[in-house]
Amino acid sequence: MTFGVEDLTVRFGKVEALRDVTVAVPAGEVTAVVGGDGAGKTTLMRALAGLVEPETGTIRRPDVEHLGYLPTGGGSWKELTVDENVAFVGGAYGLSGDELAERADRILARAGLADARGRLAGHLSGGMRTKLGFSLAMLHTPDLLILDEPTTGVDPVSRVELWRMISETVAAGAAVVMSTTYMDEAERAASVVLLGGGRVLLSDPPGDLVAATPGTITVTGTPDDRALAWRVGPQFHEWNPSATPPGATVVQPDLEDACIVAELALRSGTGGDAR
Amino acid sequence: MRAMILKEFRELRRDRRTMAMIIVFPLLLLIIFGYAATFDVEDVPTAALGPQAQLVADQAVGLFDVITIDTDGTADTARTLLRDGDVQVAIATDTQPPTAFVDGSNLFAAQAAVGALGRLGDQITVDVLFNPDLITSWVLVPPLIGYIMMFIGTVVAAIGLVKERENGTLEQLAVMPLSPSSVIMGKITPYFIVAAIDMVVVTLLGMLLFGVPFVGSVAVFAVGVAIFLFVLLGVGVLISTVSQNTGQAIQLAIFFLVPQILLAGMIFPLSSIPWAIRWISYLFPLTYYTTISKGIMLRGAGLDSLWPQYVVLAAMAAFVFTAAVLRFRRDLVPRRHRKPDAAADGAPA
Repeated sequence: MTFGVEDLTVRFGKVEALRDVTVAVPAGEVTAVVGGDGAGKTTLMRALAGLVEPETGTIRRPDVEHLGYLPTGGGSWKELTVDENVAFVGGAYGLSGDELAERADRILARAGLADARGRLAGHLSGGMRTKLGFSLAMLHTPDLLILDEPTTGVDPVSRVELWRMISETVAAGAAVVMSTTYMDEAERAASVVLLGGGRVLLSDPPGDLVAATPGTITVTGTPDDRALAWRVGPQFHEWNPSATPPGATVVQPDLEDACIVAELALRSGTGGDAR
Repeated sequence: MRAMILKEFRELRRDRRTMAMIIVFPLLLLIIFGYAATFDVEDVPTAALGPQAQLVADQAVGLFDVITIDTDGTADTARTLLRDGDVQVAIATDTQPPTAFVDGSNLFAAQAAVGALGRLGDQITVDVLFNPDLITSWVLVPPLIGYIMMFIGTVVAAIGLVKERENGTLEQLAVMPLSPSSVIMGKITPYFIVAAIDMVVVTLLGMLLFGVPFVGSVAVFAVGVAIFLFVLLGVGVLISTVSQNTGQAIQLAIFFLVPQILLAGMIFPLSSIPWAIRWISYLFPLTYYTTISKGIMLRGAGLDSLWPQYVVLAAMAAFVFTAAVLRFRRDLVPRRHRKPDAAADGAPA
């Protein structure tokens, strides 16, 4: 089963947040949605979850009983304990008794929250809260799991743990779509969708996206065109849409380079910002 | 400091509710309260009863506005008319000298009537019912209980739902298999139970501390209180649907709560408020609760005379809950307009 959106356009008043966006979210895979601030990632996640009414387009998602959603920075009730959060969400999905207890034990243990079950969610660290939110979104074993920037502001160790949980969820057959600003995370996904200005700029498996990067990327200490260059460590990477400057050192692009090039290509003609 | 002042002005300019609170609200309150705040009683609805009823009606001048003449009426009829709130003074002429029964639950009208009747000396006997010593707290405490509950119920319900929005969990609720009405009912039921217990405690405390009597039916009163609480919680939910944060919710609650202090007949009699302002009183639930609480607690009135107040409160409850659910649905529901897997080309389904 493949969920997703097709030719989706979402408008808030005069602002077009998404335009003709098509994203497929197949079962058993992670689909990563990346893009800069205001690219439309959260709008896409909310549209998939049914929280935004599209102007046009098709949305394919399961019914609410089989949908899991983790909004940015949320997903749990701060004034309830971990156990009380689980009891509430489980109850809303009709889970109770031994079935709920068994699932709660398994999921909270996997999330590393087994020792925090009596703590208020508001007193958990950011990473623990995110893992709790993820656990709650997963409690009813949804067919489609929508995660809106689940790892933003989360420490590296918690990010690794969260990814382990995501991988296990995918292995169990769920379709997972997550927005992220971290390219190293996007590289782990089966496919990556790059949004820019509310439109899909790229959409392919990460390897294919990198391979399809147009032109060449060179590494330099003093870029010829700052509008086509971005800082990587102490040096710059510079995109050369056509000819590679003589003597320049060409580097193999990674996913971050590929995404930046796609945005620069979109902006070409109006110039671009140095990165 | 100049930068700070400029920043505050800019923020204030964009915060329309606060601007309204600073500029419009004081003007409105001054105008409304200025006209409403009057202890002067110019007309006291009066019944003339017994064989000399017509004579009493003919001779009654000034304060006493005879609206009922019943030549067959007796002292018992007078008590019934007063208990049901039909009149505030009933003069029974089946005794010698005639007896003027005065409704002590309407304090200012009663004080004015007793003063006027006292000037007649031995020509008439004055019998103040329901509050013989015209104790202020007896009249004030029953509606005050409602006002306190209104404050708590409205604010707590409004904040409770706004907190979901502030914490980002409203969206979480929206993607769970819960209908807007079950979210609202699930949210307010605990508040209702706590508020109902609170109401019992406050009422008992009012009776204990101030000696306020409870003459009427507890069951009838409980039904009225339940409907009243539903209205308050519904208003709270409605406020929460048009507020983005706790501050806005409290501001709106204040807009709703403050005018009722003076306009609901709790302190100043409704009959003293000019009609240009008085119509506003009839939009407030506390106005009807005031009539119900004083009627039942002090006079022992029953549903046969108080049913209009119950009907209005029930209609208010139905209205605010319908409005709250409809507004709340907008927050929760775009997805509920369409079925999963449904094509959405063109207009939303």
